[in-house]
Amino acid sequence: MIDAGISFHVSEKGYYGDFGGAFIPEMLYPNVEELRLHYLEYMMEPSFQKEFHFLLKDFVGRPTPLFKAERLSAKYNTQIYLKREDLCHTGAHKVNNTIGQILMAKRLGKYKIVAETGAGQHGVATATVCALMGMECIIYMGAIDIERQAPNVARMKMLGASVVAAQSGSKTLKDATNEAMRHWINHPVDTHYIIGSVVGPHPYPDMVAKFQSIISEEIKWQLQEKEGRDYPDYILACVGGGSNAAGAFYHYLDEPRTALIAAEAAGQGVSSGHSAATTFLGKPGVLHGSKSLLMQTEDGQVIEPYSISAGLDYPGIGPLHAHLSTSGRAKFFDITDDEALEAALECSMLEGIIPALETAHALAVFGKLGAKPNEISVVNLSGRGDKDLATYQEKLKLNP
Amino acid sequence: MNRISTLFKSTQEPILNVYATAGYPNFGDTMLVLNALQEGGVDIIEIGMPYSDPIADGETIQQSNQVSLDQGMSVTHLFDQLKNMRQSISVPVLLMGYVNPVLQFGVERFCQKCQEVGVDGLILPDLPLAEYQQSYQTIFEQYGLLNIFLITPQTSDERIKQIDSISEGFIYMVSSASTTGAKTGISSDQEAYFKRIDGMKLKNPRLVGFGISDRESFLKASNGASGAIIGSAFVKLLGNAKNLREEIVEFVKSIKGLK
Repeated sequence: MIDAGISFHVSEKGYYGDFGGAFIPEMLYPNVEELRLHYLEYMMEPSFQKEFHFLLKDFVGRPTPLFKAERLSAKYNTQIYLKREDLCHTGAHKVNNTIGQILMAKRLGKYKIVAETGAGQHGVATATVCALMGMECIIYMGAIDIERQAPNVARMKMLGASVVAAQSGSKTLKDATNEAMRHWINHPVDTHYIIGSVVGPHPYPDMVAKFQSIISEEIKWQLQEKEGRDYPDYILACVGGGSNAAGAFYHYLDEPRTALIAAEAAGQGVSSGHSAATTFLGKPGVLHGSKSLLMQTEDGQVIEPYSISAGLDYPGIGPLHAHLSTSGRAKFFDITDDEALEAALECSMLEGIIPALETAHALAVFGKLGAKPNEISVVNLSGRGDKDLATYQEKLKLNP
Repeated sequence: MNRISTLFKSTQEPILNVYATAGYPNFGDTMLVLNALQEGGVDIIEIGMPYSDPIADGETIQQSNQVSLDQGMSVTHLFDQLKNMRQSISVPVLLMGYVNPVLQFGVERFCQKCQEVGVDGLILPDLPLAEYQQSYQTIFEQYGLLNIFLITPQTSDERIKQIDSISEGFIYMVSSASTTGAKTGISSDQEAYFKRIDGMKLKNPRLVGFGISDRESFLKASNGASGAIIGSAFVKLLGNAKNLREEIVEFVKSIKGLK
């Protein structure tokens, strides 16, 4: 299953196989280079590790539980565990990375933060750590996403962040990322850019994956306690850019007994023209500073994606995931809007947990996975569904 | 010798490079704009290949890119529009754009087409030095294309020297930490930066870009460099022009101080 010759970790030059690199304008080079030279050293410092783990425990509420989902297990006749990232402070895994990056920003001597956000989860997680550390915070968010994720906009504002609407292009995550990068170009000296996913120029994909790797670090010992072995047969996660998947896969990348399962947003269907399933529809290309798989026209213009889930509505994918896909290490499933909605309702009714729409894409894979009765699956329950209530109300006809 | 190098060797006057988005304001305007720029007395023409996600560009150039793409512009169409360019255009011509459309067209095929139509060099802001040296330099050189690198006020002296050693033609000196069209005018801090770089005695001449919009800022920038580049201010003119050819000629003359 795993070719012994293939590495799934980043190379010195910032590549995962053919994907990665740092395709950035010279204006960003000093900042990205400073980060590249120092990120590993800073992360490894005992004082950094101490502060990082202290905040993960007492501020975020880690470790998050690994919960045996008995009724879902019975329904699919297999063994299903939920890694409860939805119980993190702010309601999703995103805060693991923002805690790490705000500590990194302090060590880099930066005192202002810029970030992009899609569903608003990363924006809230960034605004949260900025409030905690007393740093100025600017969040770029697509104008359409601002409309469909109003509660998260209010949360960011209450936490003291400025939320700026990205009005260009599709007015979603891709454009918010463009605007955040432009902001950083215009403010290179005092500002750190907290990218929310495993995308962007090297070293961002590796740094974000390492901060999120706490997820699989915990799964290992939690599973050992519960099942007497530290690896599952399957790990499932949804992938937009891919940060929660990177964190859930990280300590199993070289574990041949664990199949890595990624769920991408097919929107209205992979062939419908309204989709965000990058590994199915993308070709190698360069966007937001790295070479990866990218949904694009023959002329190399980026195609505007579609998904009901703002957090998966992105035309690219992190370079690690592009490598996992093309090398066959991970298996990718395309999950439609309707399948995700059904899975969200099922998880709510069977387990008493309302998942985020993004997460629901991962849950929907059970209908297609064919896991055997004694096999163990861990789903990364990356976020809670409160922010999606308006969509659930409308699509699941929950209004009185 | 490449037209760009020849120009810098033969000219004492400040050099004016003007950027124009291809296929803008209308799909078929590319050659009209080029001819009018030359008629006005421009020294170098920089043609922007529109891209959906131009992260180094501010609002004005972004919008012109989007309009051009919406009108159907593509790399293929652009080469088609430029196929007889050298029948009328004698000044050096650069293509400016982002790396992804070039990758999709095919790097070698792209360079071959550039040589065929008479393009002298490329500006690809998101193609960094290391990637260029590893995968692109040999092909660019094979087709006689100069790759123009950017430096900014934050670029270290060590890196400037590295860029100077690999550059040919000129170095694009970004006047301030910004995207295109974000600021106008040249401050005394910026003039000090131009002088500092001038004092480094680099082998390549420099043109200053970003924030140049009129004769005053053009002359200020040219004081510490060989000349300057105008982009957003000209694209704005293209977007608003009623009589395209005449307004372009007049604009270039006003910058160059010609009657």
